[in-house]
Amino acid sequence: MNLSAYAWPVAVGVMIFITFNALIIASAILVLAERKIMGFIQQRYGPYLVGPWGLMQPFADILKLLFKEELRPKGADKWLFTLAPVLAIVTAFVAFATVPFGAETTLFGLLDRPIKLGVTDVNVGVLVVFAVTSMGVYGIVLAGWSSNSKYALFGGLRASAQMISYELAYATSLAAVILLAGSLSLREVVDSQAGTWLGFIPKWYLWFQPLGFIIYVIAGVAETNRAPFDFPEAEQELVAGFNTEYSSVRFAMFPQAEYINMVTMSAVATDLYLGGWHTPFIPDSIGWVGFLLKVGFILFVYIWMRWTVPRYRYDQLMTFGWKWLFPAAVINLIATAALVLYFNA
Amino acid sequence: MPETIIFYLLAALAVGASALVIGQRNPMYSVMLLIASFGALSGLYIQLDAPFVAVAQIIIYAGAIMVLFLFVVMLLNAPREDGAEWDRTHPLRQPGITRWGTLLAGLLIVQLALALGKMTDLNAPVATKSDATTVSSVTELGRSLFTRHTFAFEATSILILVAMVGAALMARREGEQ
Repeated sequence: MNLSAYAWPVAVGVMIFITFNALIIASAILVLAERKIMGFIQQRYGPYLVGPWGLMQPFADILKLLFKEELRPKGADKWLFTLAPVLAIVTAFVAFATVPFGAETTLFGLLDRPIKLGVTDVNVGVLVVFAVTSMGVYGIVLAGWSSNSKYALFGGLRASAQMISYELAYATSLAAVILLAGSLSLREVVDSQAGTWLGFIPKWYLWFQPLGFIIYVIAGVAETNRAPFDFPEAEQELVAGFNTEYSSVRFAMFPQAEYINMVTMSAVATDLYLGGWHTPFIPDSIGWVGFLLKVGFILFVYIWMRWTVPRYRYDQLMTFGWKWLFPAAVINLIATAALVLYFNA
Repeated sequence: MPETIIFYLLAALAVGASALVIGQRNPMYSVMLLIASFGALSGLYIQLDAPFVAVAQIIIYAGAIMVLFLFVVMLLNAPREDGAEWDRTHPLRQPGITRWGTLLAGLLIVQLALALGKMTDLNAPVATKSDATTVSSVTELGRSLFTRHTFAFEATSILILVAMVGAALMARREGEQ
């Protein structure tokens, strides 16, 4: 059966469809996981009424939000108030476009040439992810400004200052991995981590970049505005921060964008440091299973961190970002560059 | 063909958004439109097979510099500019130095129009595309900028100088010498 002429564009379309829906489902699962894990950490049950073990809770949440009234404050800026959540969620989805999540496959011989698991593959993939996630701040800042509310404005201001500060450490830790791999393409970075030592120790960049990995994860938490760095929301000080005035579906877009950003952050961390779909004892043909496991683990750490570590003070956030995290990232980058030079020469 | 359509769409977005930036009374809208213009420019770079320049454009201008702009606009809480107190007499009828300034501005407009009209063979590449060593070469770029496009280059540099002087003038407080 020769499907190949039509199968290729269809396969690309299917890949986009799968990625898009996987992100939506992932955010639903994360909502549930967050509440379940929070319940476990705080020694209570968490959601358990909707469906078996509360599994249908995210759908109940979404339905509830859909039926709420959309409110807009009188003094709010009509256009920017509507644009802000859309910007937040669009950048969240687009950022995943260049993240690969599996080795090449022919889908059991259905295609005449192997398709790469991932929406698209560009040779500056790492930079595209970075550029698009850095655009995500506009959604939050505009939401804060256009609401015409002092709490929301403070949330937006904090978001912009925080994201500028932590983007530096984030990008610098990325650069060290790029130096090691010698490529800006995420797929090539992953493929340079293939293979194992002694048959069971994977050749991950995590072993070369332990400091870089820690910096990446911390900066990632700050970039996605999660506790202990959730200053743009900071319920105890700012009501709900930048999204104080939002309701219904417009409100729903912000947490969803946050969860999708978390998934992207974890997926990029997996690709850069944990070998992507190269996992010991899992063949590369079903490498995406290992990929999902690793992403799931990082996401669990994210949630674990949120419900264990209390929020910092704002000056502590800035001191930590500029006086500790960024210098550490720079030292890490210089050391990596020196070692790469030494061993390549 | 689709490439041409995408080019015209992006070019229209870049020019239109840039034109709207100066037409806004709300500084927040100006910032957002400038970001849109940068996005369209980066799309044009992708069409020129320069993905790195495109991404750098987004990261540096749209991602870093404009966030700073936004931060400043929000911190200063810049108000809407209302046209009420604006002197609406024709600039040529205003007394003193304003009149000469207007004349010079008119001259600059004529110069820029001339420069745009003189820009011929823009399709001719600076260097052949396959020749990777010369296409990115600073020498080639500089030569073409200072020979074929001298007039346009100089007219633009005067425009930028005027913008700088204008910004300094407007930032000066009333009554200050």
